[in-house]
Amino acid sequence: MRTTMYLACAPILFASSVTAYANAFDVAIEIPALNVAEYHRPYVALWIEDERHQVVSNLAVWYDGKMRNNEGEKWLKDMRQWWRRSGRTLTMPVDGVSGATKAPGQYELQFVAGQHPLTNLAAGNYRLQIEAAREVGGRELLSIPFTWPASRPTTLTVNGEHELGRIALTLKPE
Amino acid sequence: MLSKKMMKPLLLGTMLIATSVVDAHRAWVVPQETVLSGQNRWVSFDAAVSNDIFLANYNPGRFSALAVHAPDGTVLDVQNMHVGKYRTVFDVALEQEGTYRIFTASSGLRATWETEEGERRMWPGRGQQYTPEGFAEHVPEKAKNRQVTHALRRMETFVTLGAPTTAVLKPTGQGLELNPITHPNDLFAGEEAQFQFLMDGKPAVGVEVSIIREGTRYRNSQEEITLASDKKGLVSITWNGAGRYFLEAEYKDHKAKKPATVRTGGYVAVFEVLPD
Repeated sequence: MRTTMYLACAPILFASSVTAYANAFDVAIEIPALNVAEYHRPYVALWIEDERHQVVSNLAVWYDGKMRNNEGEKWLKDMRQWWRRSGRTLTMPVDGVSGATKAPGQYELQFVAGQHPLTNLAAGNYRLQIEAAREVGGRELLSIPFTWPASRPTTLTVNGEHELGRIALTLKPE
Repeated sequence: MLSKKMMKPLLLGTMLIATSVVDAHRAWVVPQETVLSGQNRWVSFDAAVSNDIFLANYNPGRFSALAVHAPDGTVLDVQNMHVGKYRTVFDVALEQEGTYRIFTASSGLRATWETEEGERRMWPGRGQQYTPEGFAEHVPEKAKNRQVTHALRRMETFVTLGAPTTAVLKPTGQGLELNPITHPNDLFAGEEAQFQFLMDGKPAVGVEVSIIREGTRYRNSQEEITLASDKKGLVSITWNGAGRYFLEAEYKDHKAKKPATVRTGGYVAVFEVLPD
């Protein structure tokens, strides 16, 4: 992940700055506020897989890593698809990938190909997968298929129904 | 604490699963959950003999011979076993990552024949043990409808902490066994699962397999899946949605070792199938 850079330079510098970037994309994630009696922040996993369900990059895992005796790891498997596709072979926490659970709200994540945690993606068809599971709540898995690299800047979206809100993937070709 | 010990030898003549299996009641061992994350987790199990999958309302069975194969091959005991009126309950502690097998296996010989007067005879009788000496003493070498059956039974289920492993899945070469092509703790409702049946280590052709999803009391039909293994011993299962499943398989042929004339294999397993 990298912080957004605001470019306010002369056009020629702007051009050279752009070429210094590799292919990149942003992911906007909405965690909806839910009107329920007992609310716990969801566990959320974000990853890219190829057409054969092979995980290409783990991008983010939000879970409770602060509990005594790592007890927060007990619920990682509730993100069932993430767990079978890669979670169960990882040792938590994963540097640059895992983080704390998030309160309801909008989150923007930015990734650059070749920069941790996003690997260099070979040209091809992929799916951005996002899975959320909430204690005493539900589970939801959303998928955004995309082709890499994009020929022009593109925003693809999907709307969750229960545990996730709007998810937007913005592809930013170099 | 867990005790490590050598695997219990299979005892000839003991039918560990309650004999009421032959009355069409089903013996089962069902884990509360099968796919776990984290460290040092426990799984609670229910076991019983009943008609309804997995409703404990008949008898608690006899599960004292249950053993656990840990991912590294050591043999563990189950813990905290309680026997109630209708149900046996126990725990398994998962201290290693990988796949655990919770099982019982048994084998026994039984001879049946008819006297010249047409009376049916059986040896050993209920509660008696098979011994070669007893066999020679009690069973005639020639008799009408003489049949000596070598019956081998296995019942098992699997749980996995972390990533699934395959060491405990290796067939023993004894009795009717399931050789999973699809890992038994990696089953999903929308995916076909493939299993191979082996009899004494060789592909078992024509095994009759019955598969029933839990919750039969909440539907009008058993929704039983019936299959027969192909010439490689394989079956492919399309699940009836997510849930825990009872699988029962039966096999019979005449390739028994002397003095048996017939060998039969019985296999029961419980699997959990997760939603996609």
